[in-house]
Parts: sequence; structure tokens; C-alpha cells
Amino acid sequence: MEHYNMNLNLKVWRQRNTQAKGSFETYQVKNISSEMSFLEMIDVLNEELIAEGKDPIAFDHDCREGICGMCSLYIDGRPHGPWEQNTTCQLHMRAYKDGDTITIEPWRAGAFPVLKDLMVDRSAFDRIIQAGGFISVNTGNAVDANALPIEKDKADASFAAAACIGCGACVAACKNSSAMLFTSAKVTQLALLPQGAPERKSRALNMIAQMDKEGFGACTNTGACEAVCPKGISLTNIARLNQEYLGAALTAN
Amino acid sequence: MTWKQAFTSSIGKKLVMGLTGLFLIVFLIVHVGINACIFADLNVAVWPFDPSDDGAIFNRAAHFMGSTILIRILEVGLFAGIILHIVQGLMLEASNRSKRTQGYAVPLAGRGSKWYSRAMGLLGTLIMIFLILHLAHFWVKARITGSDDMPEVAGMHDMFNLMKVTFSELWVVIVYVLACISLAYHLLHGFQSAFRTLGVHNNKWMTIVQSVGVGYSIIVPLLFALMPIAMYLGWVG
Ligand code: HEM
Ligand code: SF4
Ligand code: FES
Repeated sequence: MEHYNMNLNLKVWRQRNTQAKGSFETYQVKNISSEMSFLEMIDVLNEELIAEGKDPIAFDHDCREGICGMCSLYIDGRPHGPWEQNTTCQLHMRAYKDGDTITIEPWRAGAFPVLKDLMVDRSAFDRIIQAGGFISVNTGNAVDANALPIEKDKADASFAAAACIGCGACVAACKNSSAMLFTSAKVTQLALLPQGAPERKSRALNMIAQMDKEGFGACTNTGACEAVCPKGISLTNIARLNQEYLGAALTAN
Repeated sequence: MTWKQAFTSSIGKKLVMGLTGLFLIVFLIVHVGINACIFADLNVAVWPFDPSDDGAIFNRAAHFMGSTILIRILEVGLFAGIILHIVQGLMLEASNRSKRTQGYAVPLAGRGSKWYSRAMGLLGTLIMIFLILHLAHFWVKARITGSDDMPEVAGMHDMFNLMKVTFSELWVVIVYVLACISLAYHLLHGFQSAFRTLGVHNNKWMTIVQSVGVGYSIIVPLLFALMPIAMYLGWVG
């Protein structure tokens, strides 16, 4: 891939804090290398803003290698930008050409309030996990890893669900701001394994109760979440969560 | 977990949508089957059609539905199911919309989801408006007010004639056809969605659900749409 430089126009959402009314600001960035990542491009702009004595654009990021789930950004109408199964930190500027205008917005959902500019508060996801996305293990000697036989297909499906990095793109894309794809991944990864079996019912019930309490919408199976998920989490997990939940709801005391 | 919680959580509400939706799907099979009896009168003299039938078979089927106690009891369940589906559907739609107060400047439009999966509330509302007209056209006249267009023939209401008169007006035919198109799209998403909501996730079964869903969503609304068209154009009656 040949290297080139480009000048770009950015329309970026700026908002001082959760209460403030935000608006779009337009910026020009010059000489951006096609080898840069999208976040590095914003770093360049922020350096300039700081040099001019202005407030840099706040955005979330951590690992910058597509595994932590901290980066977000709704870029030109798509969470994590134009590439398939990709995080914003792994989006590279070769996706753009000289003179392009890029609109950058934060995740939009009542359950994800904007903290500042492009940063949103995703602690609702943490509370859903805290409600049941774990297994309880008593202390003592570690159990032999091979003591519990696990069917290969199930282990694979569980692992695929465990790939969810909790970024929230599914919520950002969903017309109902539903967190079902995330929650279904977190339920599935445990429900398919024998270690997850003892708390199976309470897990599904408590995580959904928390999800509803956080103000996410109900799933209508449109599939937008699956299409934007950087980790390819499958919609099938949502149907599995429905089964887990309904089974528990109809039989639990 | 109380019963109330089980049916009022986000998944519980969807369960109600899915169950009532599937109930309506079953009802429509009966409905389309009975009404398709009008085609017995089709103007081609090839078995099973008989141009001299003049709606006799259809009128008998309609009479059976109206005069059988078990069917009349099921009719009460049907009204309850429709009302539950409509009220729950509109409330869910409103609640889901309220979860994002500030929208995007650039909409996600089209990516990853079909337009009709996002338009279930709108499509449902169109069907609901049609239903009001439809009940006024037939149910109210057959069960409550009676109508000059529906004389007694051999001790039975001539529903066939009522259909003929109703569908002699072009605007009625157009409204019915549009409603059938709305229904087709509502079901194209709704049929498979209902099974997902009920927790079906086995690939093998989902393939069947999806194929049957597409087949149902095309065939049933198409048959319904052909009824006003056939009567208006004089293919039957
Ligand atoms: C005879 C007519 C109808 C049939 C056969 C039908 C069938 C269905 C089915 C199978 C579903 C899927 C349920 C699920 O996803 O769990 C559904 C969903 C829905 N229906 Fe209907 N429906 C009908 C009429 C209506 C009417 C009159 C309205 C509203 C005014 C309506 C509004 C909705 C809504 C809002 C949903 C939820 C959207 C979704 O799940 O994606 N429907 N319907
Ligand atoms: S399911 Fe996909 S889009 Fe949703 S939080 Fe997990 S990784 Fe992100
Ligand atoms: S910054 Fe860690 S996934 Fe993007």
C-alpha cells in the first residue's frame, strides 16, 4: 500500500460536560499520513489545539491494539468507522483520501451519558457484569484443568462470545439503544461451560434486571449490533440469552 | 422472580409480543383459508373451480365460523390477543425510542438492518388503521348491525355479496392491497423475530423458521390481496 499524505476536514462533537449543551466544531488537519491510525490523527490535532492554548478533544482509548474496548467514536454514521469488524484504534487513515470531511460523534444512548466531547460513561456495562457476569469459586487448591470435560463446539462458541470487549458499539448502533448483544455475549460465555452452570438462572435474571434498570431498550432483532460489532459477536447469542432468561424466569422461585 | 417481573422485563415484554404475534399468524392461516373459498367461484371451468358456485362454499364456511360456539369463544381470545399485541407493541416502540434522547447527526441508516425491521411500529400502525376499516366493513355488519348488502340466502348471511359490494370501490381495493403489503413486511421481520424472542437459536431450526417465514410472509398477504383484486376485476362473483 503506497504511502500518501492528506488534508482533512473534521466535524467533531464538543461538549464541556454531561450537563452542557454540545455542538459540532469544524477543524482542518493537514499532512496526515495514510499510515497513521485514526486516533493518532486526533492526537496530531490535539497537539495543535494545545499549542494554540485551546482545550484538546477528549476521547477514550487505552490499548490501541483492538483488545481493551476503551476506544469508541461514531464516525460518519458508523460506530468504529467504515471498516468491518474493526475498532477505532485499529482504523487507519488509508481509509480516507485527501479533502475528505469526517464527522465524529460520541456514542448516543441515554444509558451512556456524554462525560466530555467524545467520551461517554459506560459504567452501566460494568454494573451489568457485576450483577451476574461471573462464576463464584471457593478458595482452596486449583482444580485440575482437565477434570471437567467440555465439548469442543461449546468451548469454541463460548470463546467466540468471550471475544466481546465491552466497547458499546452495539448499543450505539441499535435503534432501541439495547444492550442485548453485549449482555448475551457475557451470559453465553459462561452458560456454555460447566463452570457457569451453578449460577445459570440467577445470572440471566440478574443481568437482565440490571440491564433494564440502566435504561437500555428492548431488543427487536434488527441486527444492526451484529453488523457493527468489532468482534463479530453473533446475533444468535441474543436468542440464546432469551432462552436462558425465559427458562429461568418461568422456573425460578 | 414473580410472574409480573417475568412478563414485564424487557425480554418478558418481547415474549408477549412474540406469543401474541405467533397467535395472530396462526389465526391468519385460518382466515386466509376460509376466505380463499371465494376462489371456488373463479371464472374457469377447471376443477376445483365452479363459476356457478356464486360464493356458496364461502358463505357456508363463514356461516360455520359465525355459528359455532367454540369459534366464537376463540374470537374473544383473538380480540384480546390483537389488543394486547397492539398496546404492547406501541408501548414498546415508544419506550425504545425514549432511550436515545439525543440522536446522531449522521444516521446509521441501512447498515446491518433491514428497513422493515426498523419500521415494525409504523407497519403495525398501518395494519391497525386498516383493521379498524376492515372490522367496520365486515365484522360489525355481520355480527352487529346487519346490512342490505348481505341478504339471507338459505338461512345464511350472503357474505360473498357483501364482499362484492365492498370491493366494487377502487379506493377500498387500494387500501386493502396496501395493508397486505404492510402485513407482508411486518411478518418478513416478525415471523423469524418471534422465534428468536422465544429463544430458538439452533442453526438448523432457524434455517427452517426463516424459510417458512419468508414463504408465509409472501403467500398469505398475496392471497389476501388477490381477494379484493379478483372481486373488483370480476374474476369471481
Ligand atoms: C394481524 C396482524 C399482525 C400480525 C400477524 C403480527 C405479528 C407480529 C410478530 C410475529 C411480531 C414479532 C414478535 C417478536 O419479535 O417477538 C410482531 C412484532 C410487532 N408487532 Fe405485530 N403483528 C400484527 C399486527 C400488528 C399491529 C396492528 C401492530 C401495532 C399497531 C403491531 C406492532 C408490532 C410491533 C411494534 C412489534 C415489535 C417489533 C419487533 O419485534 O421487531 N403488529 N408482530
Ligand atoms: S458485543 Fe461487540 S459491539 Fe457490543 S460491546 Fe461487545 S464487542 Fe462491543
Ligand atoms: S483502544 Fe483498546 S480496543 Fe481500541
